[in-house]
Amino acid sequence: MARVVVDVMLKPEILDPQGRAVQGALGRLGLSGVADVRQGKQFVIDIEGDLEGERLDLMHKLAEELLSNPVIENYVMRVEA
Amino acid sequence: MRVGVVTFPGSLDDRDAARAVRIAGGESVALWHGDDDLQAVDAVVLPGGFSYGDYLRCGAIARFAPVMHSLVDAARGGLPVLGICNGFQILCESHLLPGALTRNDTLHFICRDQRLRIEDATSMWTSDYDQGQEIVIPLKNGEGGYVADETTLDMLEGDGRVIARYLEVNPNGSRRDIAGIRNERGNVVGLMPHPEHAVEDLTGPGTDGLPFFTSLLNSLVAAS
Repeated sequence: MARVVVDVMLKPEILDPQGRAVQGALGRLGLSGVADVRQGKQFVIDIEGDLEGERLDLMHKLAEELLSNPVIENYVMRVEA
Repeated sequence: MRVGVVTFPGSLDDRDAARAVRIAGGESVALWHGDDDLQAVDAVVLPGGFSYGDYLRCGAIARFAPVMHSLVDAARGGLPVLGICNGFQILCESHLLPGALTRNDTLHFICRDQRLRIEDATSMWTSDYDQGQEIVIPLKNGEGGYVADETTLDMLEGDGRVIARYLEVNPNGSRRDIAGIRNERGNVVGLMPHPEHAVEDLTGPGTDGLPFFTSLLNSLVAAS
């Protein structure tokens, strides 16, 4: 069994209104000095068998084409045994 | 002229789009997301709504529906396609149009009658408007902020590919007040506001949306 974790974040230059709303809430709840908040997504994918070769290549391709939109987002993918 | 309207799971405005096609004088043809047969239609409308519940990203899952495999090829070959709201999001996710639609900068879902300026009256979907004409049609979206990098925005402006711009108020944080764009050839148009809801005086703010559909039919007649 392999576990794939894909973190997707809006690119730094893209406005993140949700992150900004969370930043405001943190301040209102008493946390001082919050300089910035960015909100992202995490996908945790469990896959049967070893993930290597063509399947690993396909997983990378789908992380880029389906799980993220390269126009506005960056992704980081890692495979845990 | 036969104009297909695609229904995805979660489409809302497919019936209104089909009705707008008929009021403009065309024949509407129902297309299904799970069927890659475009039924030899002369054009396609991707309607508004929340395809696949807007899960993942708006339009991200619809992009991979069987009907889209055929549609992307056909659009690259010149088939006229209009994507409205969720349809615009699907066109961007499919890379038929550049950029992306992101969450409104206000975080609020916006529903209002929106004033626009038609910036490009040369596309197959806008040719019945006058260049610079101001219109009012409904706008309703939660993720309608148009974004693209500066190079892409400059290219769109330089090539006259911004087809409509928000006037009076920018409702969703779209870069450069962009409400709609077209591809280079002018057959593919994406628009966040809803012309199909403004085709009859009884049920909308007016009939300012109707020329999108008559433009198409007249463009098809002129080309045939």
